[in-house]
Amino acid sequence: MRQHISKRYDQELEDIRNKVLTMGGLVERQVSEAIRSIIDVDLEAAEAVVLNDVKVNALEVAIDEECTHILARRQPAATDLRLVIAVIKTITDLERIGDEAKRIARQRIDMDGQSVKQKQFTEFEHFGQHVLEMLGEALDAFARLDVKLALAVAHEDKKVDREYDSIMRQQMTYLMESPRMIPVSLDIMWAARALERVGDRCRNICEYVIYQVKGKDIRHISLDRVEQDLDS
Amino acid sequence: MTHGIDVSLFDSRRESEPPETLNTCLKVRDLNLYYGEQKALAGISLDIPEKKVTAFIGPSGCGKSTLLRCFNRMNDLIDNVSIDGSILLGETDIYDRNLNVADLRRRVGMVFQKPNPFPKTIYENVAYGLRIQGIKNRELLDEVVEKALKDSALWDEVKDRLHDNALGLSGGQQQRLVIARAIAIEPEVILLDEPASALDPISTLKIEELIYELKSDYTIVIVTHNMQQAARVSDFTTFLYMGELIEFGPTERLFTNPRKKQTEDYITGRYG
Repeated sequence: MRQHISKRYDQELEDIRNKVLTMGGLVERQVSEAIRSIIDVDLEAAEAVVLNDVKVNALEVAIDEECTHILARRQPAATDLRLVIAVIKTITDLERIGDEAKRIARQRIDMDGQSVKQKQFTEFEHFGQHVLEMLGEALDAFARLDVKLALAVAHEDKKVDREYDSIMRQQMTYLMESPRMIPVSLDIMWAARALERVGDRCRNICEYVIYQVKGKDIRHISLDRVEQDLDS
Repeated sequence: MTHGIDVSLFDSRRESEPPETLNTCLKVRDLNLYYGEQKALAGISLDIPEKKVTAFIGPSGCGKSTLLRCFNRMNDLIDNVSIDGSILLGETDIYDRNLNVADLRRRVGMVFQKPNPFPKTIYENVAYGLRIQGIKNRELLDEVVEKALKDSALWDEVKDRLHDNALGLSGGQQQRLVIARAIAIEPEVILLDEPASALDPISTLKIEELIYELKSDYTIVIVTHNMQQAARVSDFTTFLYMGELIEFGPTERLFTNPRKKQTEDYITGRYG
């Protein structure tokens, strides 16, 4: 992409992009720490995640404000307009992912002191890794404006949904085995629910990447049709 | 779950082109224009839709004013101009040898960058077109003047001083007066060449509002350097660059998702 005649405008757009990536990195760490706090039974890590959520929120507010300034001062058009719109939407989803991380960490804090069988976590750990990968790739797609990767991540969301169903079924069997499992199983189910929501929001972020690059709004359209549309 | 409802019915994205079928007002085909040896317009083909606002944008010297002036043969006044290709206004070939140019200009009115009222009264400025057509009926003239001034959103400001000199009006009022003068003779097309570039922001907005009002009765073609203005007032936008038509399309699409890179670079303010 050529540079703007106004160098300052280039810097402003670059700046919001960079801040989104910073926010993305922070959110990624929040989710990964939240998952780890559950698996490693690490109460301190869980408390840190809850505290750090304010940083995520502050970034959302700051980026939103910068976007408003750009809209007011520059009246962006075409690709610049789509970038600003995509950023405004992306940070909303990132902030919500931050909230989900906090929710998972809270489940850890709730579980404290209860007896846990390590095998209850096995599938959850695997699920967490999968969602984290998805988040990392969604952020990569945003950073590199990579439509192919964005579509791949959107596809991945279906698998995440299936894994979520299977975790639910598995926890159900623990619940039936023994009433003592109920508190921890419920916490895990809530945490898994939060991760499933993270997956949905990663898909949203990928949709904004496609909007930004191709100018096509693909929300609420089946992925098969999206791929046809993008090819045409 | 869609419960048997066709979701696409509610989805504006299915309609990539406007559903209404538009009539063409001006049909330009393979138009080339030379100033002496220099080619100013190269192979322009374009359909300008009826009763819509079409904006021409592009950097200085791209040919947008030249193209606009082709529509009422203003270029005839310049020495050394040669033109080939065709422009049809409805069924009329604008460059037909036998065409009466005065008749053409009655059908295609024009407003320039600097307001140019005649040094006469407000009333006489608007009545001028009818007077040179030989109309003397006072009642008819009164009626036309009032309607034209109302349609150009000037009536309330001048109704008590219709017989004052027009040069006493502000720049924005003068420009609306000139538009009133143009619409008094009920043309089919109004050409606007940078109509607001000499005006303050409030007067500019009044002109833009007026353009929006007028398009229900007239086909409007506007040349503007102000891209936000093109985005605000027009239904269709044409991007010209170095005498060539680069892109023509619905304004919403052109300003959010242009198809050509040159258009993108221009409207986003990148190095041309």
